[in-house]
Amino acid sequence: MDHLTYARAQMGLSLAFHMVFAAVGVALPVFMVIADVMLLRTGDPDYRELGKRMAKGTSILFAVGAVSGTVLSFELGLLWPTFMGTFGELIGLPFALEGFAFFTEAIFLGIYLYGRQRIHPRLHLFAGIMVAVSGAVSAFFVTLVNSFMNLPAGFTMEHGRAVGLDPWAAMFSPSWKHQTVHVLLSCYQATAFAMAGVQAAVLLRHRGSTLFRKSLGMSLAVACVVALVQPLSGHGSAQSIAVLQPTKLAAAEAHFHSGRRAPILVGGLPDADAQETRGALSIPGGLSFMAFNDLDAEVQGLDAVPRDEWPNVAATHTAFDVMVGTGSLMMLLSVLAGVLAWRKKGLPDGTWFLRAVVACGPLGLIAMEAGWCVTEFGRQPWVVRGAMRTRDAVTPFPYLAAPFWMFTLVYVFLAVTVVYLLFRQLRDAPIAAPALSVRTPPSAPSAPNAPAPGQEAEHGH
Amino acid sequence: MATELLLAAIMMTALVLYALMAGADFGSGVWDLLASGPRRAQQRALIEKAIGPIWEANHVWLILVVVVLFASFPSAFAAISVALHIPLTLFLVGVVFRGSAFTFRAYDTRGDQQQRRWGLIFSLASVISPVMLGMMVGALASGRIRVAEGVVTSSFVFTWLGLFPLLVGLFALALFAFLAAIYLANEAPTPELADDFRRRALAAGAVVGALALCTFLASFEGAPLINAGLTQRPWTWPLHAGTAVSALAAFWALWRRRLALARLAGIAQGAFILLGWTVSQYPYLVVPDLTLQGSASNPKTQRLILGALAAGSVLLFPSLYVLYRIFKGKPLRSDPG
Repeated sequence: MDHLTYARAQMGLSLAFHMVFAAVGVALPVFMVIADVMLLRTGDPDYRELGKRMAKGTSILFAVGAVSGTVLSFELGLLWPTFMGTFGELIGLPFALEGFAFFTEAIFLGIYLYGRQRIHPRLHLFAGIMVAVSGAVSAFFVTLVNSFMNLPAGFTMEHGRAVGLDPWAAMFSPSWKHQTVHVLLSCYQATAFAMAGVQAAVLLRHRGSTLFRKSLGMSLAVACVVALVQPLSGHGSAQSIAVLQPTKLAAAEAHFHSGRRAPILVGGLPDADAQETRGALSIPGGLSFMAFNDLDAEVQGLDAVPRDEWPNVAATHTAFDVMVGTGSLMMLLSVLAGVLAWRKKGLPDGTWFLRAVVACGPLGLIAMEAGWCVTEFGRQPWVVRGAMRTRDAVTPFPYLAAPFWMFTLVYVFLAVTVVYLLFRQLRDAPIAAPALSVRTPPSAPSAPNAPAPGQEAEHGH
Repeated sequence: MATELLLAAIMMTALVLYALMAGADFGSGVWDLLASGPRRAQQRALIEKAIGPIWEANHVWLILVVVVLFASFPSAFAAISVALHIPLTLFLVGVVFRGSAFTFRAYDTRGDQQQRRWGLIFSLASVISPVMLGMMVGALASGRIRVAEGVVTSSFVFTWLGLFPLLVGLFALALFAFLAAIYLANEAPTPELADDFRRRALAAGAVVGALALCTFLASFEGAPLINAGLTQRPWTWPLHAGTAVSALAAFWALWRRRLALARLAGIAQGAFILLGWTVSQYPYLVVPDLTLQGSASNPKTQRLILGALAAGSVLLFPSLYVLYRIFKGKPLRSDPG
């Protein structure tokens, strides 16, 4: 690999790794809070047990997320010093605000995790809410920075220098609404599907566990609602990108030639040199309709920009297809779950349905990583679109292979360890809450009080 | 007051708080590594209990320093990141392993062997990071990092790999261990355990003093500009006097088992040392080519960052107070599960 590729690979790897922990760090506290609220309202020991288990998982995942996020904030300078030297003062404001959100999250997580026995339950619940809120706020501010890189605002370039700086305008670049909503939803979706997948797997082996029935009801409810809303947000993003970042949309859709009645290409392998996509399913007029609500609208193709400003079309298009494909599968599962829950008036628990939930477990995380690949691959060759090329931002430090391989090993080691620890914790923990008092009712296999997904969602919001 | 000076002062404050709070968490890792005697297991248990709830929050001071640095002095951040790529990366690897191994130790309940293995990683990482941090400070002060028109022209290695930076690195490690021992002595549940850490604090304090002398002597050759700043600016002398007085007070208090007073004096000593360094280095961020004024970002950004810092503080300080009140306030009830 060459110098620039090593830098991009290290940054990409660090982000891909951190993103999983960041997303879980945003969403898992919401589930902890829901469990705590349910515990306060019902006194059901299952919710106490659920809250405790999620707190353990959060503790491990947040620690790894915090340290990998620290690495990233330094890597901005270690790998892209010219970018930071030029634009640091424009993106400093959202990062400073994010710093405080992170501070709040870390402080209240400490209180939440270690204070259960020491503080009043209401204060404990308040700490949990603060963790959930500050996690979301933190993700919001970080996404603002990425939104600026995709659609820069608040400055003009003169001789390689940014002048006329307006940090406030830079913080709220035109795409900020679509991008932050899409990213936040993806955090909840990825986490909810991963949790539902694990819980369904346990339930398949221990059909009578009321603890896992309640847990699955909770995560499935959130998963289904978000999976139905997220495509709408994605559609909004696509329509905004069609106007504001047409090159990215063209690369994502492998749309080489500008023209009316542009097709949507599903699958296939784009060949940038031949300017065609082989093996794709083509829906005529689909892209025009999706982007502008008009089958005959003109959609700008890659041919509108010089060849040296094209992103990697094959990578962007493939990532886009993975994102849309996994998103569609999750949407289908949600519809199915809704229908089954409505007919059964309770948590659907058929063997095949639970197997489908298990199969969909990883899809949220895959969709999130793929979606991020779309926006990052699709912005290339720019680090700040139209203002600075990635190759001009890279560090002059000459030995980038060494840190790349070192961080690769570190992240592989951490990933294996975290997965192993979480798996062990799940395997060794009892499948029911420990009996705390004599009034704990014996759990029946067909628990009549198993909550329907819709009810749970109401409690949660 | 000019905004860049105000921002530099805030950055400095955050760095001092990082050293006093997160520094002591690293120092606790040193004592985890050096745990010995009949109460070895209790020493480690105390360390785990003392830093468990707070280390992640303490760590965020560093993020704040970095963010204020690149928002307010972007060209300096770029130059530092290039020139100190290697020690920064090693520092980060230490940060990653320190935090994750500490957490894994708490949750990997397979048995003693795994606990020891994670503990070893945690404590070794706790040694590496402070040394690297100190070496970077030493390099910034040494005058060996050269920057011409935004481009780093000096070596990637020999700015930070030298006698003076190494002494500063060891000094940072000793200072963090000293602070940690004082805090742990204050938080120990039994007088015997408190005395273990009181004796460790005295030993570490002696090492801090010896290394301070060595670093000062090495600075004549290793960091002449800082040396001149330390000795020839009368308005820095009160800071040096403050360091001396608080160091002696800490020793006396430790000797007489006045642990709360020792903690106060130790905190003052740490703060005076860091303030003395920065004031001696003024107006340079990177000696001798980058000044605060020369690398400052535009005034509009600086005002907005100041506003963000002010707004954030309104949330931050009460939250921090609650955190420390809950876990560091009074002797606590029985252990949480």
